[in-house]
Amino acid sequence: MATKLRTLRKASSQLAFLLQRCSRSSILNQTIVSTRCMHFVYVPETPPREFGETTRMNFFQSITSALDIALAKDSSAVLFGEDVAFGGVFRCSVGLKEKYGADRVFNSPLSEQGIVAFGIGVALTGATAIAEIQFADYIFPGFDQLRNEAAMYRYRSGNEFDCGRLTIRAPCSAVGHGSLYHSQSVEAFFAHCPGLKVVMPRGPIQAKGLLLSCIRDNNPCIFLEPKILYRSAVEEVPTGDYMLPLSKAEIVLEGTDVTLIGWGTQVHVLRELAGLAQQKLNVSCEVLDLCTILPWDRETVIKSVIKTGRVLISHEAPITMGFGAELAATIQKECFLNLEAPIERVCGYDTPFPHVFEVFYMPDKWRCLEAVKRLISY
Amino acid sequence: MLAVTRLSLIQNSLHKCGILGTVQVCHLSEATHNVTPYKLHRLDQGPNTTVTYTREDALKYYKQMRMIRVMETTAGNLYKSKIIRGFCHLYSGQEAIAVGMEAAITPEDSVITAYRAHGWTYVRGVSVHAVLAELTGRKTGCANGKGGSMHMYTKNFYGGNGIVGAQVPLGAGIAFAHKYRQEDNICISLYGDGAANQGQLFEAFNIAKLWNLPCIFVCENNGFGMGTSAARASACTDYYTRGDYVPGLWVDGMDVLGVKEATRFAKDYVLKNGPILIEAFTYRYHGHSMSDPGTSYRTREEVQEVRQTRDPIGKFKDVIVNSGLVTNAEIKKIEDDVKKEVGDAAELAKTDPELPLEELYSHIYMNPPQDMKVRGCDDTVFASTK
Repeated sequence: MATKLRTLRKASSQLAFLLQRCSRSSILNQTIVSTRCMHFVYVPETPPREFGETTRMNFFQSITSALDIALAKDSSAVLFGEDVAFGGVFRCSVGLKEKYGADRVFNSPLSEQGIVAFGIGVALTGATAIAEIQFADYIFPGFDQLRNEAAMYRYRSGNEFDCGRLTIRAPCSAVGHGSLYHSQSVEAFFAHCPGLKVVMPRGPIQAKGLLLSCIRDNNPCIFLEPKILYRSAVEEVPTGDYMLPLSKAEIVLEGTDVTLIGWGTQVHVLRELAGLAQQKLNVSCEVLDLCTILPWDRETVIKSVIKTGRVLISHEAPITMGFGAELAATIQKECFLNLEAPIERVCGYDTPFPHVFEVFYMPDKWRCLEAVKRLISY
Repeated sequence: MLAVTRLSLIQNSLHKCGILGTVQVCHLSEATHNVTPYKLHRLDQGPNTTVTYTREDALKYYKQMRMIRVMETTAGNLYKSKIIRGFCHLYSGQEAIAVGMEAAITPEDSVITAYRAHGWTYVRGVSVHAVLAELTGRKTGCANGKGGSMHMYTKNFYGGNGIVGAQVPLGAGIAFAHKYRQEDNICISLYGDGAANQGQLFEAFNIAKLWNLPCIFVCENNGFGMGTSAARASACTDYYTRGDYVPGLWVDGMDVLGVKEATRFAKDYVLKNGPILIEAFTYRYHGHSMSDPGTSYRTREEVQEVRQTRDPIGKFKDVIVNSGLVTNAEIKKIEDDVKKEVGDAAELAKTDPELPLEELYSHIYMNPPQDMKVRGCDDTVFASTK
């Protein structure tokens, strides 16, 4: 009962907070609990100078830019998926059919298993296949193909065949109102498949660099794009061709007391959390974006934890068997004597992604702040 | 093609008189209607092309179709006002299919469909209020507000499924249950022209024919799988033939009477012979979902033309008024009643109580172990589940 009350209290304080952040008009209209306010603030980043000239782009435009470059420089590259030819439902491929022709940028039937399998076939011949699954929630009809064909082809043929030039793009994660089938974070399912690479960028600069790396990597990659960022994340992005390394985590913010690990949208929640922790608790947090979920960058994570001795891992996917579990297990093994407190995880509930309870479900900064308090007071 | 209606002199009788306003109107009790010819696949004989319908039928079907139309328009507006969460797929344009099919089956027959489920939910017996309250996530919704737009259910209506094509094999399973229990009931398993290319459909066709299950597969061909037209997605757009060894028939899905007759025929057929596939040729006025304006892959003129020449409601109104069964004043009254009912339902859907937070953790497992707790965002929260 006490737990339930505490949950309720927490939930109501979150709701009150969210309502404060909503526009006045929706507060006035008491029948609306509009939760289409974002649960984080996107802070634009500055790209490294060596990547050259930049222009203002949002997340989906940076994806378009990456696809444009990939198609321009690799004549074998093809781009396909549901509604991709006319720009895609999230506008990521706008103008590419006109530029590269309908034989290279084309719509597929509504057939996820077919799309994935077709892509594997294309990639097996050595061509570059870039396929879009319209929502990550809908990737599961293709799961068998990814798990049993794509991930194992190289291994089972003794390296004679592979579909390394396959990249599957899929919009993922919460969007504020997506409900059960337009909100899921699916990275952990694929993290159980050696042979696949799983990547989730946090913003336009990373999206472009990491996507180009995935497309050119010789292993099948699943590139998960947090759809809430498509329009909300805007920053200066290099216009030219550049790649960011896979399997390399990035220290987004340096700190000394607690390591905060996340990926995708959650990095922004953690960045805000770092500010809160500094301000309210005088705690210095190091924010780490894992970037690539599989194979992941153990070295950067371990180094950071050795420095801070305290870890919070946070992701939107349900907590049980989320990728945070793997991180926690490895960290306790590698950093056992460095740890000052038990590893904390703040993640999604162990429930299906809810229809009306999204605000309660999300691992928001207030829940994360409570975890930081536990870490420093252990 | 415009349907032609003619009066059947033999059946017509001055059956009922009523007073509407100051004008006394006499009603005929029955009329006949010529259906756009069906197309048949592996069938020697199809449904009747001349169908008889009563005044009560006419009033009922008109009201149901009108109700769905206004309900969907209201749902669209609620979505735009950000009162509806989740994604929202509207049925406007396709009303004749749900209404016509429901008219030919009994409440003991089963139906399963995809995410464009509002209209079907209503004809299967759920009130407009419960549909709209489901959309707004209220306790009074037909799935207690937990499903939202894509997930609505009631007795013998199995939803309401989010994954394109996934419901079709489930329909075969439901049909098997009817057969196994030796019931005289069938299952209608619906999908769209987009889903028609999903692999699991063909697995379902094979199983259903192999075991001769009483399943009516229905392809609601509205011309577009999301933003891709049927011809750009399907190697063969004669969807009624796509079951190969499963016999099929094409019906004008904009003609409620034709759909009803095709379904009556199909129900009779599947109970005796195993599965059949109906392609109901229709049109979707709105975009695929509320996020799709529906104009980037077709012209506004195209939509306008369908509204003017093929609209299932407008056309049916002409048919029943011209037949003399129903007066314009009665049509007006139905429209006013519908408007009021949906308006009232929408108000309730906005103000009904919200779900208690416990519902976030409930219905994950049936009879969960006694001490089972659902882990919340972190290890400090473990919620009871039921």
